[in-house]
Order: sequence, then C-alpha cells, then structure tokens
Amino acid sequence: MPDPNPDRIGPSPSPDFSRAAGGLRVSVDLNRCQAYAQCCYAAPDHFVLHGAEALHYDPAPTAAARDAIERARVACPVQAILVEDAGNGRP
Amino acid sequence: MSQDHPSHGRPAHDHLVVVGASLAGLRGAEAARKAGFTGRITVVGAEPHRPYDRPPLSKQVLTGGVAPGATTLPNLEPLDAEWRLGSAAAGLDRSGRAVILESGERIAYDRLLIATGARARPWPDAAEGRLGGVHTLRSRDDAAALRASLATKPGRVLVIGGGFIGCEVAAACRDLDLPVTLVESGSTVLERVLGSHLGSVVAALHAARGVDLRFGAKVEALEDDGTGHVVRARLADGRTIATTCVVVALGAVRNTGWLHGSGLAFDDGGVECDADGHVLDTDGRPDRTIAAAGDVARFPHPLYDGRRVALEHWGHAVAQGAHAGRLLAGHSIARAYAEVPAFWSSQGGITLKMVGLTEGADALVIAQGDPKTGRFLALYGRAGRCVAAVSFDSVRWLPAYAAMVAEGAPFPPIRGAVDQGRLTVLPPGFPKEDER
Ligand SMILES: Cc1cc2nc3c(=O)[nH]c(=O)nc-3n(C[C@H](O)[C@H](O)[C@H](O)COP(=O)(O)OP(=O)(O)OC[C@H]3O[C@@H](n4cnc5c(N)ncnc54)[C@H](O)[C@@H]3O)c2cc1C
Ligand code: SF4
Repeated sequence: MPDPNPDRIGPSPSPDFSRAAGGLRVSVDLNRCQAYAQCCYAAPDHFVLHGAEALHYDPAPTAAARDAIERARVACPVQAILVEDAGNGRP
Repeated sequence: MSQDHPSHGRPAHDHLVVVGASLAGLRGAEAARKAGFTGRITVVGAEPHRPYDRPPLSKQVLTGGVAPGATTLPNLEPLDAEWRLGSAAAGLDRSGRAVILESGERIAYDRLLIATGARARPWPDAAEGRLGGVHTLRSRDDAAALRASLATKPGRVLVIGGGFIGCEVAAACRDLDLPVTLVESGSTVLERVLGSHLGSVVAALHAARGVDLRFGAKVEALEDDGTGHVVRARLADGRTIATTCVVVALGAVRNTGWLHGSGLAFDDGGVECDADGHVLDTDGRPDRTIAAAGDVARFPHPLYDGRRVALEHWGHAVAQGAHAGRLLAGHSIARAYAEVPAFWSSQGGITLKMVGLTEGADALVIAQGDPKTGRFLALYGRAGRCVAAVSFDSVRWLPAYAAMVAEGAPFPPIRGAVDQGRLTVLPPGFPKEDER
C-alpha cells in the first residue's frame, strides 16, 4: 500500500519519500520577488497577490497544473519561482 | 527515486554528512553536488519530515490557505543522498570524525555541514509551557497544532512577544476575525529590528486591524482552571487576560546543544565560524573538515566591519548553505561569505522587505514615499554609512537602496536634483543595550 502521507516518514533509514504521485513542489524566493504579478496571469489558480505585494502561492500543485506552473516559472522576470517537478527530468 | 537511495558505487572514503535537514542543509548538499562532489552524502534530521519551508507556517498555514504539510521544499539538484530523518544528532566526536546519533549509532564523516538551525525560545516556566492551548511556532507540527487551535475559534488569542512571528500570528488571527491581544514588554512591535520609529508604524497598522496591543507589559504567569488547559494570563501589574490559546513568540535559540564535548566554540547564539564558514574550536582554530550555515552559524560579516552575527533569514540559509556546500566540496572559494542580509515579512496585508542590518543604526531617513500612505522606503545609517533599507509595499524602490547598503554608501544620501527638499534625519529609536 502506498504511504497515504508521503511527507511523514518513519525513523532512519528512510527509504522513500517521493512526492504525491507526479505532483510538484514550489517555493518562491520572496526576497527576489518584485510583485510584478506575471506569475498570477500565467497561473491564476496557483499564484495570487494579496494587498500590494504579498504573493500567496500553492507550494504543492498537482501534476495537472504542470503546464501552468511552468508558464509562471518562465514568466517571472526575476527567476524567483523554484520548482521541483517529477516530470522535468529532475529526480 | 534514485537520489533517495543509499549511494552505491560512491567512493566510500569520501563522505559528506549534513546535520539538519532543512533549508540550509538541503541547499548546502545541492551546492556540493553542483560543485562536483561525487562522494556519499548523508543527511541527518531530527524531524521526521523531509526539508520544508517555514515562512508560510506563520502566514497562509494559519489562515488555512496552505496545509501545514504542503510546504516541502523543492529539491533543485539531484542529490543521491541517504536520508536519516527522525533521528537527531546527539554528539560530535571530532577526533574520531563521527556524528553520534541519539540511538548511539556513529556516522563517520570526512566532511561535515552543521545546519541545525534554531528552535523557538520556550516559555520560561516549563510546566506552564506544557499547558494545553500554549503554543510556540517553529516547525510544521507546531503550525498544524496552532492552526487546529485557531480553527476552534478561541474567544481570544494571546500572543506574547512583538517580533516578526508574533506580529504575523496576530495578523493571521485578525484575518480569521479572531479577537487577539499582543503583549510586548518593549515600547512597540519590532523595536529591536526596526526601532521604535518604524515599529510604531507597524503597530498602528495592527491597531487599525483590531489587534489589542499592550506595550510595556509583561506576562508573569499562564494559569489553568485545574484541567491542564490554559484559561488566563496574569500580567505583572496584576491584571489578567482571559484566553484559551496562547502563542509564545519570544524569539529563537540556536540548536547547538549536541555540540557539547566537541571542542567547538558555541553557545545558545550559534556555533562560531571564520569568514570562510569553517567552524572554530574553543582556541579559535578553524576545523577545515566542518562548515556551518543558516540560523545556527555565527560569523564575522565583512559588510559590518567583521561584527559577528547570526541571522534568521530565509535568504541567508539559502546563500550560506550554498556557500558551505561549495566550500566542503573543495571548490576554491575566492572570497569570504559576504551575502548582503535580506528578509521579508507579510503581515496584515502589507509586505515589508529589508536589506542589510539595522543593528547599531543611529539615524533614519524616509527616502521614498510617505508612511502616511503606507508605501515608503526607509534607509538606516550608522556612523555616516548606509547599513539597511526597508521597503513597505514599495519593493520597486528597494534595489537602488540595496546597492547603497552593499557599498556602504555615505549616509544620509544626497538626493538627485529632481528631488525637492532635504531628507529629514530621524532617530530610529532602538532600545538601549540594557533594555534589549
Ligand atoms: C514560522 C516562521 C516564519 C518565518 N518567516 C520568515 C520570513 O517571512 N522571511 C524570512 O526571511 N525568514 C523567515 N523565517 C526564517 C527562516 O525560515 C529560517 O531562517 C530558516 O528556516 C533557517 O534555515 P536553517 O536550515 O538554517 O534552520 P532550520 O530551518 O531551523 O532547520 C534546522 C533543522 O535542523 C534540525 N535539527 C536541529 N537539531 C538537530 C540535531 N541535533 N540533529 C539533527 N537535526 C537537528 C531541526 O529539526 C530542523 O529541521 C521564518 C521562520 C519561522 C519559524
Ligand atoms: S512573476 Fe516573479 S516577481 Fe512577479 S509576482 Fe510572480 S514571483 Fe514575484
């Protein structure tokens, strides 16, 4: 049976903690972010500006959002969006 | 996932051990790989989770926008590491070159990265700190517990401490429309980092959003009703605050206890490093097999005349982690670690971004905008040099001033010909040393 909560793993040694099947992991360097909001246009379901400059984002998008997240990542003028993607060749 | 398997076929004699499986440790291990390190990597972490991001824990996680378990950090470089999670390091034997786990198991290292970060400073009375409804906020599990507590709609939340985490928690409570009181012994919020001048600007924002602010006040005791759950806080002046949810936000203590007996120089404020990032022993000699990075590292910052600092900034954990990874990989490091400190906070709808260190600043100018409009940039000076810049909802002005901070440009800055008038130099209002 697959681990229902892959991020909660037992004591050492830890054999596996693959993300939820095919999902992504996202983190934004908010020191870098200039609140230009390009990511919000590219992937409105996953990046939202609150107030003038507070960027809220989905840190764990599902595989279905892959294209939208990639559009956002590429659109960011300051490369602030960091993505780990099961499908982009990264482990 | 190949990178998660013990490394087969790696040279057994070259083993990088990373202690602390969080931001600095992850970015450090990635940087070592990127710099060409081909030996084994083992990452030891006290928490059972793989590295996750903490900033959302005091923001969207509390308001429910992000699940506490959803902030696992993206891995940006193939690691091929062995992960030993849920097992804390309990000791370091430098002569035997081994990290000793709580279980007694020894993990031999050739190169070691210390990235054990910090923990929330606990409430001084341990028994009161254990009462139901009393929280601190550092880990994902802490955030899940606090989020669950807030979701029960407590009649009033009490936040003890007006630093960044205290302010963000109070703001999240108001986002949830919960009554909240913030008690701070100083004269305003964020006084140590911003000084009272800008601290009061932030305080006014929270007051306007309905946070009950009590300055110059001290919580003396947390009391229960006999059931083991907190019901009230008693202040030093005898007044009480009825509350079933208390957040103790009194800053952080570095996780250095496991270094006892290692011969390294450390205390609650960090492990001592040289300018390169190698740790120092108690005689001040560097151990070139060991580096430290992130919240746990105290090092001389070249930008501040070599003053020893330990930072608690996300960007610093990333940059110093990467620096230490390259250093341990044997990459020739041309320069000492000199990343300009940078930090952000979002609270009550505003975003504040800071570059540099305000510590010791003796003057302040509002260089752009106007605090009355909520969008402005403040520049701090120390002995005639720019040492820090803080933008409030005006990050687009920040890069130009960040450059002045990085250069240590003269303060106050000379305004361009188009600007009318001179800048008014204000006292920043930092607490005196003995009040800190
Ligand atoms: C709630 C919260 C909100 C924040 N918000 C912001 C923000 O808005 N902006 C910003 O710039 N910064 C913010 N920060 C600060 C930022 O998250 C930290 O600077 C960063 O996490 C430091 O990373 P680190 O890897 O050095 O240490 P940590 O993240 O503290 O990680 C250290 C790890 O080491 C583990 N460990 C400790 N002791 C041992 C041991 N003996 N053996 C093995 N493992 C051990 C710990 O369990 C932990 O997982 C925030 C921090 C918190 C807690
Ligand atoms: S596109 Fe980049 S800079 Fe603009 S809001 Fe998104 S993350 Fe920030």
